[in-house]
Amino acid sequence: MDTTARRWIFDLTAWTIGLLAGTALIAHEAMADAKRAAPPNERWSAECGTCHVAYPPRLLPAPTWHRIMSQLDRHFGVDASADPAAAAEIGAYLERYSGPERRTALSSDTLRITESRWFLHEHAEVPAAVWKLPAVKSAANCAACHTRAEQGDFRERNIRIPH
Amino acid sequence: MRRAKLAVLVPAVAGSLILLPPWATAGTPVDQQTRFEAEVRASGASFGGFSAQRGEAFFNATHGSEWSCSSCHSRNPLAAGKHAKTAKPIGPLAPAANSERFTDNASVDKWFRRNCNDVLGRLCTAQEKGDVLQYLMSLK
Repeated sequence: MDTTARRWIFDLTAWTIGLLAGTALIAHEAMADAKRAAPPNERWSAECGTCHVAYPPRLLPAPTWHRIMSQLDRHFGVDASADPAAAAEIGAYLERYSGPERRTALSSDTLRITESRWFLHEHAEVPAAVWKLPAVKSAANCAACHTRAEQGDFRERNIRIPH
Repeated sequence: MRRAKLAVLVPAVAGSLILLPPWATAGTPVDQQTRFEAEVRASGASFGGFSAQRGEAFFNATHGSEWSCSSCHSRNPLAAGKHAKTAKPIGPLAPAANSERFTDNASVDKWFRRNCNDVLGRLCTAQEKGDVLQYLMSLK
């Protein structure tokens, strides 16, 4: 076999492996997305969605949800205690559909979604004044800008920043 | 024909009654008052009725913490309120404006427990709960 033929075989093999690996990676990501798209849970939306947007499970890693659920009677300065059956069901739901640790890990010990690296990164371009608008009031108020936050939809196209 | 219908209907109705979960205790605001009154009497305190006037004052006052009931439920409970921290809208609290209010025992107990802890740093007494509800029921 001459050198040209050998090179051809090598190139073809390399390309095939590369293509296969790429496809596998895309499929893996798609499956991870599917895993994160949690089906709605009635108790979660009722118990977690009265005082604030019912934050989707994918926004925090499982250990953080676990800590939040274990201190509901002292929930960011408010008593959010639920009956044990509801708390158990919601806790399991949040942990099952929680976000990947590497993406959603918090940069502090406050248990706040707003202090995860991805949140800070995604919101880096939002001017400081916007957060202080009366219509926004709090970074917990997702729906102030994410018009379909209540439906769990945070896509770019549905963002309307108030002024 | 009629008997056949009954044969289906009776078990269906009976079945749905049995299947109702224990926490789905439907009621009316008046039922809640009956419950609170029994609670006051059971505590050994003398019961002189519930007062809308006392309830209104309690509702709008702070009790040692930053918030009053009206901080979230608005000073006009016939109108929608807004969460003092997150700004999320809260449906009107007065039964005349929101027929779902005070119809479910478990929900009533849950919210009084949570909100009294937030506003007073303790549970409310049955007398206080009854007074507040008397006030809310007086609003038309």
